[in-house]
Amino acid sequence: MKTGTLIDRLSEHVAPVRPGMAVRTLLAGLGVSALVSFVTMMIWLGIRPDFHAAMHTPAYWMKFFYTLALAGLGFWTVERLSRPGARANLQGLFETLPVLLLAAVAYLQWSAAPVAEHHALMMGRSHTVCPGRIVILSLPFFVGLFWSLRKLAPTRPILTGAAAGLLAGAAGAFVYAFHCDESAAPFVVMWYTFGIALAGVAGGLLGRFLLRW
Amino acid sequence: MGEAETRLKALMIAALSGDAAAYRVLLAALTLHLRAYFARRVGAADAEDLVQETLIAIHTRRATYDTRLPFTAWLHAIARYKLIDHFRRMGIRRTLPLEDAETVVAAEESESAGAKRDVEKLLSALPPARRELMRQVKIEGLSTAEAARRTGMSESAVKVGVHRAMKALSAMIGPKS
Repeated sequence: MKTGTLIDRLSEHVAPVRPGMAVRTLLAGLGVSALVSFVTMMIWLGIRPDFHAAMHTPAYWMKFFYTLALAGLGFWTVERLSRPGARANLQGLFETLPVLLLAAVAYLQWSAAPVAEHHALMMGRSHTVCPGRIVILSLPFFVGLFWSLRKLAPTRPILTGAAAGLLAGAAGAFVYAFHCDESAAPFVVMWYTFGIALAGVAGGLLGRFLLRW
Repeated sequence: MGEAETRLKALMIAALSGDAAAYRVLLAALTLHLRAYFARRVGAADAEDLVQETLIAIHTRRATYDTRLPFTAWLHAIARYKLIDHFRRMGIRRTLPLEDAETVVAAEESESAGAKRDVEKLLSALPPARRELMRQVKIEGLSTAEAARRTGMSESAVKVGVHRAMKALSAMIGPKS
């Protein structure tokens, strides 16, 4: 086809575009995913029985805000990476802040505790299942995010996939926290972060293939 | 901020609000910039395909342009992405040098300029005398008699020369048997 003909065809129908389309598309994908992930958690694992009592402990809110902060920063990063020409170096850097902060809290807990408790602080009772469950609960977010991203225009597929994976992992961890009854900061910074990082790696690998346009 | 940025961004903002005329002007202007950008990186033959692919990408992904950000950066990221994608499909492993976003609007090139360069490239493969003959008869449009007079050859020698040159050229660009 002649380029002139192409231009004619493309400019035949130019529907007006509302600003903020990238954010809306990503939120739409995330909204549905959150619902699916949460229902999966309820049916499969169930909300922890002592949920109401736990809501009055700082340990619960630590997990709540840690995962929420990572998800929020992840969303910011992904939204920028989904648009050509927007850089996300700063946002990527910000994503390390919650991890560093929680690592500091974990270090304080660790040093304050007697040596006999160190093993329990780090390993808890569920370290063998925690990262795997986080990854499974992040799967709906993977589907939603990649569905959204394929409508957008990420020009760095692997990087964007990894950022989307971290966001999916953080969101999956947020949902998992409604079930998980671990309360030690060393456990959370170790095993939650590990699960989220696994999701990030998976996202990078998927991005390489799925985010081409 | 460059002149191109200001002009193209204004057109893009108008196009996003549904102004089809502005959109057409924008695409035509981008075509010239993209043609020059790609021709310098992949050669004229593949450049036109990349121009069209990029125009389609610009069209289908136009909602991802944030009007608060520079238009040139958005355009450059898409063009560069399509270039990298092209190299990947061709199986060429190549690291592209980092470049300023402005490079995508640094030059303009019309279709005829690209075609002209192709013709020059082909002609350069002919022997000098025959090349000159082709230039006179097929490009400047001289008649056989005029060319014969100018070169001091006989008319039939001009005819044979042009015929052989055409044959040689079509062997160069025709389907390989």
